[in-house]
Amino acid sequence: MSLLSLDAVHSFYGHIHALKGISLEVNEHEIVTLIGSNGAGKSTTLRTISGMIHPQQGRILLEGRDISRMEPHTVALAGLGHVPEGRGIFPKLTVRENLEMGAFTVADPDEIERRLEYGFEVFPRLKERMGQYGGTLSGGEQQMLAIARGLMMNPRLLMLDEPSMGLAPVLVELIFDIIEGLNKKGTTILLVEQNALMALSVAHRGYVLQNGQIVLHDTANNLKQNETVQKAYLGIE
Amino acid sequence: MKRFLKSMNVREMLRPLGQMFLFSLGSTIVLSALMLVLALILDKTIVGQTLFQRLNVSLYTYTLINLPQVAIDGLTIGFVYAAIALGYTMVYGVLEFINFAHSEIFATGAFVGVEILIALEKFGILSGASLAMAYGYLILAIIAGMLAAGALAVTVERVAYRPLRHASRLVPLISAIGVSFLLQDMIRLIESLTTGQYNRIMPTFGNFDHRLLLGKMTLGAAHITLGVSIKSIIVIVSAVLMLVGLNYLVNATKIGKAIRAVAQDPQTASLMGINVNRIISLTFLVGGMLGGAAGVLYALKFTRIDPFVGFFPGLKAFTAAVLGGIGNMTGALLGGIVLGMLETYAGSFMGVFTMGAAGTEYKDIFAFSILILVLIFRPQGLMGEHVAQKA
Ligand SMILES: Nc1ncnc2c1ncn2[C@@H]1O[C@H](COP(=O)(O)OP(=O)(O)OP(=O)(O)O)[C@@H](O)[C@H]1O
Ligand SMILES: [Mg+2]
Repeated sequence: MSLLSLDAVHSFYGHIHALKGISLEVNEHEIVTLIGSNGAGKSTTLRTISGMIHPQQGRILLEGRDISRMEPHTVALAGLGHVPEGRGIFPKLTVRENLEMGAFTVADPDEIERRLEYGFEVFPRLKERMGQYGGTLSGGEQQMLAIARGLMMNPRLLMLDEPSMGLAPVLVELIFDIIEGLNKKGTTILLVEQNALMALSVAHRGYVLQNGQIVLHDTANNLKQNETVQKAYLGIE
Repeated sequence: MKRFLKSMNVREMLRPLGQMFLFSLGSTIVLSALMLVLALILDKTIVGQTLFQRLNVSLYTYTLINLPQVAIDGLTIGFVYAAIALGYTMVYGVLEFINFAHSEIFATGAFVGVEILIALEKFGILSGASLAMAYGYLILAIIAGMLAAGALAVTVERVAYRPLRHASRLVPLISAIGVSFLLQDMIRLIESLTTGQYNRIMPTFGNFDHRLLLGKMTLGAAHITLGVSIKSIIVIVSAVLMLVGLNYLVNATKIGKAIRAVAQDPQTASLMGINVNRIISLTFLVGGMLGGAAGVLYALKFTRIDPFVGFFPGLKAFTAAVLGGIGNMTGALLGGIVLGMLETYAGSFMGVFTMGAAGTEYKDIFAFSILILVLIFRPQGLMGEHVAQKA
């Protein structure tokens, strides 16, 4: 049984039909990437999974449980971490408080402390900035904070929406290294990226989204070789 | 126990005390200096001469000897405003909406507290009570007022605001105004049906009406005694305790961090497993409890209450919240103290300074002029940031 599965999911924004029957699967220990051009519906897919919008049709199963009618906070409790597009840092909470919010559902203070240590180990920069307001961090630092906060949840499945957006190339490398590292340690990841080349180089499998529909899915290696993908998303003629 | 002590954050308990002290002292000094300067200037004019003929003291002396009492009265009402203002500001913080029914939540607290004390009095319990018991009954009344007001605030949110959460901003505002009128009439109806009248008087008991003598002095022909009523001390001490408690809750506990997270970004907060609706209910509960306690304290200080008792304090506390920067809790504290002080100073001295032309009854002008001036020149308030930054 896969960790996450979507079965013919339709989502709307008012009258805009944003997802037109999405089906996909993420298995335990995988990195799966979702690529597609602007407005294809990548973020909408993640928002639908995490309960921020409810699908009008279709089913979403997390570890076999139907989560498609649940509110976001219940979905989070069920083990899903969503690092949203645009990071969603709490600007007037300190870096430490932002991280603590990630572990909101954890009652044991020692466990929270352990996760904090782990987060600081992955992103030493955040430790230096611990007492600073989230809103005063640089864009890259905010991205690190957003990912670290996602890790604080210790989710069964971590969904990252464009983690490399707006970052310098060195930082992009770093973020992808970290994503790979997390996965090696056992975290399952659903990754949305504009940077398709990078995404396909860390992912095991990928789905190509176009206009709210999945037009292609395959292993990452096959997708990299695929002519259509090369033309449309990898900039290779 | 050790862990408990370790987890107590002493700094977060002392910080608001420091702020309250600073705000109180600051506004006392500024306003007192202003009054003395005005008195000095007016002393040379017909205003001073008239007063001298009447009371045989200079206007300056008159002002000086009245200042301590005025400052204490100002602080008393200022802390009441601050406690109410926090209710407006907390709700604004999480929902960006003004809960105009908060003034009736305050009134409900006042009525519940006063009715309990009236009942105790009727059974002869109050008159025979020892001093310790009298304080016990007062605390009981305050707690009952808090619980009733808190429960009412949560109910109002659930019934009248939550269904409108996704409507345009004007809609819940109109709903709030409707709830405000509805609650006024409900208080009136319930009081009329159960007691036959809707003006209620806080029973006199304990030593709350006594005055503590702070000192005596003689200035020229005038003998002055400086004193402070025990009521005022109770009001100030209770308000300070509540505000310290609130600050601790919001800044040093996990639930408080969640309240701030929801205020800043509810969507992301929900992704962290925070139940946004529950946090909003909690905010109404806490704000309502503060308002309810303020209601009982207000009744203690001013004795007489009616179903419309919330209107002016509510409007002024709202002004205080705007003055401090709506959504900002330290700002509400500052705004409440400053407004209470300003209004009391103005109310106390305006009569003499204008030779009776404009007396205490005009003191409300100050509160509402401030509201207008702040909205025009500094809409973000004294401590708030530009709304655009909040986004
Ligand atoms: N809040 C909204 N209201 C209305 N329409 C929306 C809303 N959010 C997204 N859409 C529409 O839904 C479609 C899918 O948007 P989505 O944000 O999922 O795209 P995306 O693949 O994440 O794009 P990008 O790479 O630019 O982030 C777009 O056509 C977009 O205009
Ligand atoms: Mg997107």
